[in-house]
Amino acid sequence: MDHFPTNWGRPRNDAFDAYGTYPIAQHPRNAVDVFADGVQRTQQPIVTGTSVLAIKYKDGIMMAADNLASYGSLARFKDVQRLHPVGDYTVIGAGGDMSDFQYIQQMLEELVTEEFASQDGHTLGPVEIHEYMSHVMYARRSKINPLWNSLVIGGFKNGKSFLSYVDLLGTTYTASTIATGYGSMIAQPLLRKAVEGNETTLTEEEALKIIESSMRVLFYRDARSINKFQVATITEKGATISESRHLETSWSFAEGIRGYGSQTQ
Amino acid sequence: MPAMLSTQPHGLPHPHMQTEQGPQQRQFNPYTENGGTILAIAGKDFSVIAGDTRQSEGYSIQTRYAPKVFRLTDRAVLAVNGFAADGNMFVKKVRQRLEWYRHAHAKDMPLRAIARLIQTMLYARRFFPYYVYNILGGIEEDGSGAVYSFDPVGSYEREACRAAGAAQSLVQPFLDNQIYFKNQTPAPGTSHPTHLPLPTVLKLVIDSFTGATERHIEVGDGLEIYVVLAKGASTQALEGIRGIQETTVTNDGERVFIIQRELKKD
Repeated sequence: MDHFPTNWGRPRNDAFDAYGTYPIAQHPRNAVDVFADGVQRTQQPIVTGTSVLAIKYKDGIMMAADNLASYGSLARFKDVQRLHPVGDYTVIGAGGDMSDFQYIQQMLEELVTEEFASQDGHTLGPVEIHEYMSHVMYARRSKINPLWNSLVIGGFKNGKSFLSYVDLLGTTYTASTIATGYGSMIAQPLLRKAVEGNETTLTEEEALKIIESSMRVLFYRDARSINKFQVATITEKGATISESRHLETSWSFAEGIRGYGSQTQ
Repeated sequence: MPAMLSTQPHGLPHPHMQTEQGPQQRQFNPYTENGGTILAIAGKDFSVIAGDTRQSEGYSIQTRYAPKVFRLTDRAVLAVNGFAADGNMFVKKVRQRLEWYRHAHAKDMPLRAIARLIQTMLYARRFFPYYVYNILGGIEEDGSGAVYSFDPVGSYEREACRAAGAAQSLVQPFLDNQIYFKNQTPAPGTSHPTHLPLPTVLKLVIDSFTGATERHIEVGDGLEIYVVLAKGASTQALEGIRGIQETTVTNDGERVFIIQRELKKD
């Protein structure tokens, strides 16, 4: 029983509101769930994506994520796209629970469609997408029902590039280099060394080199990664997400390693 | 191991499965700590509110520039430290309430009223607190510089100076000594000043942060110092300061300035 009279709704009065236009029509709200106590919440991620990397460069933003969705230590899905375009100016990359990410994709699709349908001359840029996602994520953590993701939001609109981070706690920040998950420990120092102070001079080729070498280091060291990844660029010309690319890696050095592993000598 | 397994509340100890446990329970923790330090000092006719700009989680620096100090009105500045997501949301909600006040009363809310508003808003969340330490600095209606400090659930008091955050335990004793003259004896026939001049306070603030940066890993990258001057107060102390910016909105009352400094990034 809802004890708040303000939630009961207002009886229609045909005398002055024949068509029931007041209160202004809202999206229908789901009825209160009487089984709420039995509802399952995301208490831990199940099928997970690992790091997302992103940097600022001369023309905009470059972002990368591999194509693996793990089930614990099992490499379960090896052709998953973790970079997702939102509108014409933004790409969102996700680590963490992939089903939560797919829910976020749906949600953003709905948002962009609704915004388009209003035809008011406004379009959602990366700043708006960031603000929206930060509120969604914070609201969900405040209900102790988080969307278990680390999101990187990159975009370029009106001559300005934008790069930010939002996670399951609602924590946000902007920076010229962002790396989530394992990448925040392994790749972030490499990205900072290459990018900090050079955001306005780095060319696309140089940026790609930095991203590629960081992804390689991650593949060597992160056991939940795969050597197949995609790169997104968001510039004045719009957002493009590359086909999956493979990394050349060399493991010959492994034979020379002594002191741990299976060999006894 | 039999002794250990027999303590399991349910289920028979399986001879081959040593790891039998109940369903794995891991509680989602809705809080984290994002480091950094804030500090505020009140003078006779001014108030200084400062914070570093590093945001971190654990040993990772998330960003080198995430402001923790916010101008609320031309006579109130709020510094927020603790869980960054809560902090940003809290500042957003305080600003919204101040805007509503402005629309209702056609003036800015007085500082002591903002302080009480903040206590009410914090206490409203007593059983799911904003994990945030607030320090409010500015000018009272009588023209005096003021600092209010809060705990996460809204206990507050007016003080002359306060440090909070990661390096509170490093900075507050320094302030106690240099501002309240604790453990100092005045020369015979003299007494300690009750109010310090602005240039002295600015020096103390900068020294506090360079010191905290040296000794605390969560402090560094950048420093933002807000200076609020009472109506008619002299700007002489601020002249010639490198990189100072004025952010006052009205032009016949208190004035707000920002000074930005670099701190060590290691």
